[in-house]
Amino acid sequence: MWAFNFLLLSAALFSIGVFGVIARRNAVMVLMSIELILNSVNLNLIAFALMNNSIDGHVFALFVIAVAAAEVGVGLAMVLMIYRNRRSISLDELSEMKG
Amino acid sequence: MSRAPMLLAVEGPVGEVSGWFLENAWLIPVIPAVAFFGILLFGKKLPRGGSELGIASMVAALVLAAGATYQWIDGLAAHKKAAGNYEVEPVIRDIVWWQSNPFEFGLGQHIDGLAIALLLLVAFISTLVQVYSTEYVAGDRRYTHFFAALTLFSAGMLAMVLAPNMVQLILGWEIMGLCSFMLIGHWWEERANSEAALKAFFTVRVGDMGLLVGTAMLLGIFGTLDIKEINELAAAGEFDSKNMLMWTAVALFIACIGKSGQFPLHTWLPDAMAGPTPVSSLLHSSTMVVAGVFLVARLYPVFHVGLDINVAGQQFNLIAVIGAITIIIAALLAFVQDDIKKVLAYSTVSQLGYMMLGLGVGAWTGAVFHIFTHAFFKCCLFLVAGSISHTASHHSFDMKKDMGGIWRKMPVSFGAWMISTFALCGVPFFSGFFSKDEIIDSAKHFEYTTLWVVSVVGAGLTAAYMTRATYLTWFGTPRGGAAHFMGVEHDTHGEVHEHSAHPHEAEHADAHLPDHTDDAHDTHGHDDHGHDDHHAPHGKPLPFAPHDSPWKITAPILLLAILAIGSGYLNAPALGIYWFEHQTESSIGLPIDHGDEHGEEGGDHSGEEDEHEEGAAVTELALGTGTFVAAEGGDGHEYEAPGEFAVPAPPTFTWRNAIWPGLTLVAVLFGVALLLSRAVFGGEKNPASRFVGLTKRNKAAGGIHSFLVNKYQLDNLYENGIVHAVAHPIAKAAYWVNQNIIDGIVNAVGKGGKRSGDALYKYVDQGLVDNAVNLSGTAASEGGHALQPVQSGKVNQYGALLFGAAAVGAILLIILNA
Amino acid sequence: MTLASLFAQADGGVNVAQNVGFYIIAAGMLWAAFRVVSTKNVVHAALWLVVVLGGIAAQYILAAAEFVAISQVLVYIGAVMVLFLFGIMLTRATIGADTDVFNKGWAVGIPVALLVFGVLAYVTIDFTEDSLLVDPTEEQIAATTTAISDGYLGPYLVPLIAVSFVLLAAAIGAIVLARKD
Repeated sequence: MWAFNFLLLSAALFSIGVFGVIARRNAVMVLMSIELILNSVNLNLIAFALMNNSIDGHVFALFVIAVAAAEVGVGLAMVLMIYRNRRSISLDELSEMKG
Repeated sequence: MSRAPMLLAVEGPVGEVSGWFLENAWLIPVIPAVAFFGILLFGKKLPRGGSELGIASMVAALVLAAGATYQWIDGLAAHKKAAGNYEVEPVIRDIVWWQSNPFEFGLGQHIDGLAIALLLLVAFISTLVQVYSTEYVAGDRRYTHFFAALTLFSAGMLAMVLAPNMVQLILGWEIMGLCSFMLIGHWWEERANSEAALKAFFTVRVGDMGLLVGTAMLLGIFGTLDIKEINELAAAGEFDSKNMLMWTAVALFIACIGKSGQFPLHTWLPDAMAGPTPVSSLLHSSTMVVAGVFLVARLYPVFHVGLDINVAGQQFNLIAVIGAITIIIAALLAFVQDDIKKVLAYSTVSQLGYMMLGLGVGAWTGAVFHIFTHAFFKCCLFLVAGSISHTASHHSFDMKKDMGGIWRKMPVSFGAWMISTFALCGVPFFSGFFSKDEIIDSAKHFEYTTLWVVSVVGAGLTAAYMTRATYLTWFGTPRGGAAHFMGVEHDTHGEVHEHSAHPHEAEHADAHLPDHTDDAHDTHGHDDHGHDDHHAPHGKPLPFAPHDSPWKITAPILLLAILAIGSGYLNAPALGIYWFEHQTESSIGLPIDHGDEHGEEGGDHSGEEDEHEEGAAVTELALGTGTFVAAEGGDGHEYEAPGEFAVPAPPTFTWRNAIWPGLTLVAVLFGVALLLSRAVFGGEKNPASRFVGLTKRNKAAGGIHSFLVNKYQLDNLYENGIVHAVAHPIAKAAYWVNQNIIDGIVNAVGKGGKRSGDALYKYVDQGLVDNAVNLSGTAASEGGHALQPVQSGKVNQYGALLFGAAAVGAILLIILNA
Repeated sequence: MTLASLFAQADGGVNVAQNVGFYIIAAGMLWAAFRVVSTKNVVHAALWLVVVLGGIAAQYILAAAEFVAISQVLVYIGAVMVLFLFGIMLTRATIGADTDVFNKGWAVGIPVALLVFGVLAYVTIDFTEDSLLVDPTEEQIAATTTAISDGYLGPYLVPLIAVSFVLLAAAIGAIVLARKD
């Protein structure tokens, strides 16, 4: 198998995730896109582990999974809070950070 | 140099005792531990709220402990007959709990005389206190949880007493700490109670640091956490550095200071009286607080060798000095307390000081025996205090406000109190006399002269403050709640019951209120009947105590009072009884040095009793025989003691030693205190009357008094001195850094900016053509405006910028690296 | 690049099954990922995400990372997806088709995504050129989980503890943020 197979797939997933983050309005959808990005990174790590015949990639992938789980938890809690305060999770309407 | 102590250990086979109860003694803590979960899970559904489970488990533990005791005594007697000595191997069983290369940590049991004595004691007192509690906390809203915590506490103590290794010891130790927190704060709705619980928890925790550090050091020195091995290695001098062992002993002793309320960490114990009285009785007088003493007794070789106890020419050592300070300090504090439980609490602290002093001067047996006797009489005193508050003083513990003159009405409680007080004061033929006298005698005999004087003075002070407390509680004119109880006044009836902790009692009082008030109006001042009526529902009063507490309260008190006399006769040197000593002497972990000539006599121990009968001159030789030369000479880094540490044999009892000066001082101070009490509290004219109001008239006396009332300012010291001294400067330093450094930087930057702006304005702006200025201004403004849409506040756009910029940056890197 | 070279192995052989599996799964994943970001229905998007995550787990297995694959299934498909569905339900997002899926500036996403992909693809191919993956031996595969655990309790112990604190903080933070007070 070509060594770049996994890496290219990962790059494609990453880009799709980037598109999702940029394009979607729904905050939950943005979080899902971020999950796509994180997973593509994981795939990269596993591919590197395979290429270098080392276990570190696996260990890091598991770390990323743990951190991603934490991220989803906090992210969804924030979305919930925003929803409770504003009755909407459309990111178009969130512009408090406007300079 | 004679190898006398080793001879004792070597000659004759070391005995074994066995039996089902001894082999399975590990069940003793397991049963209450299981019962704890049972109470927690099902307690509320049981008809008696879980108390029956708690009592049943304690009775089961008591039966097992009694069986083990019987088999131990039996086995020891058989061994004595066969081998002529009391050297018996402990019964050890353990399982590997967990393993961490290369160490194995086990759970199990280590049964020897010391463990047996304490197992029996703890199981017995726990049982009595639980029975007592069924009445005392009846109707409490957390009745079930109370029994759950009480049961778990007993399990923790029993597990600690049984511990074959330091890990289990710490486990039990911490379970006790947790339970004491739960039980002191049982009525946590009152702020003072929850604060007392926190204080107890944290103060003990300060000491526990020492336990963890000490345990780690033990592991470092001996490579094992097994108590038996540690003791053997320490006693044989098989360690590299004497210094290390000394610091280990110090660290472990810090834990004991915290747990056993020794100076300077004693402040938590009196505050812990905020808990219900059964808790004070069980935890803070007779069992938990002796955990520290137990630890010292259990690891005695470590302390004995590490702190140079009984080394010839050593006047002081850490344990004995701390014990001595504690005796005096706590005894003095007991004089200024109005709360009966606090008097008893300080008395406990003082008695714990005796135990530590005993261990510190080498009187191992005396100290352990004092644990044993003290538990009975102090538990009894606390239960009597609870009985008074429950029955006579409407849940008040204030001796000055709510007690006095009640002795006639509560004969059982009063009798038990007097017996226990006599035992506490060391009146001859009560139990406290035999144990305390042995400690005091040993201090003198082993040439700790200063400490001996302190301990004698302490004994006198004990007599005096107990006289004051007794007078205030039982004699004189009834006051407050007690007056009401005695039927002297009636108008406080309704008001008093507002403070009732027992809902059912309050209801009951309300139900009876109408006819009761009528009664009060009719027969002013002689209304015993109404009170009978009121107190009868607590239980069936004993026929000979028409006004005393119900039987669930008086029965434990009576039993303990009997033991407050009887337990002393297990080891009464005055009568030539050394039974307790023989039962426990194999637990010391060090051979007993009976002096040179006895060692040379070899195996002739049939006449061991005679040794004690011989004159003081004989045992005088126990010291200074050169046995401790090794201990002195081995201060270097390579410590090669040949293993000749030994505790000296207890001194021979003589009445002359006991009476002068100990008992004499006790008697004198007893008389003085009685006179003073009558003068001050009873308003009677007697030779002591001119001291009445001394604290108000005399500044020095007043100063001392307020110093005592403020508990030597120790609480203030901890609160203001330590907590604030640590927390405050840090906050202050952070604030200073914030104010001076960070603000300084910010200000400097700002000022610099302003200055450069000024300069710009002066030279560049004024100097350049307005056009250029306008141009640059416009450029900046336009640039800002052009970039403003970027700061849209839209997350998506930020994301686009982020990824776009990252990609562009990556492209730049690729091009640069290509 | 012939068709055979597509399936080439480092040892000279051709493992068609592995490669075919990879391409089929990869195609499915890409399509599913595209649907995730483009579908109008939020719940559908979540379900398409399940397909992507499952595909990634399958790719892990192809890459001889069973333990990570199992963790992926447990954590992502098991836990994270449930969280997402809860998030969708609790925020009462339109369950059916959403009229206005994309925000106003969505078109920016396409060039940025293409730019990112271009950079990544270029770097990847430039980096690996035409090297081939060496399949791990059976012993290595069998020892993977042991090696991971050794790694966690050995050199990566401190990061492990740090991550557990992160999880704890996240759990507490999520509770604090989400509770109604």
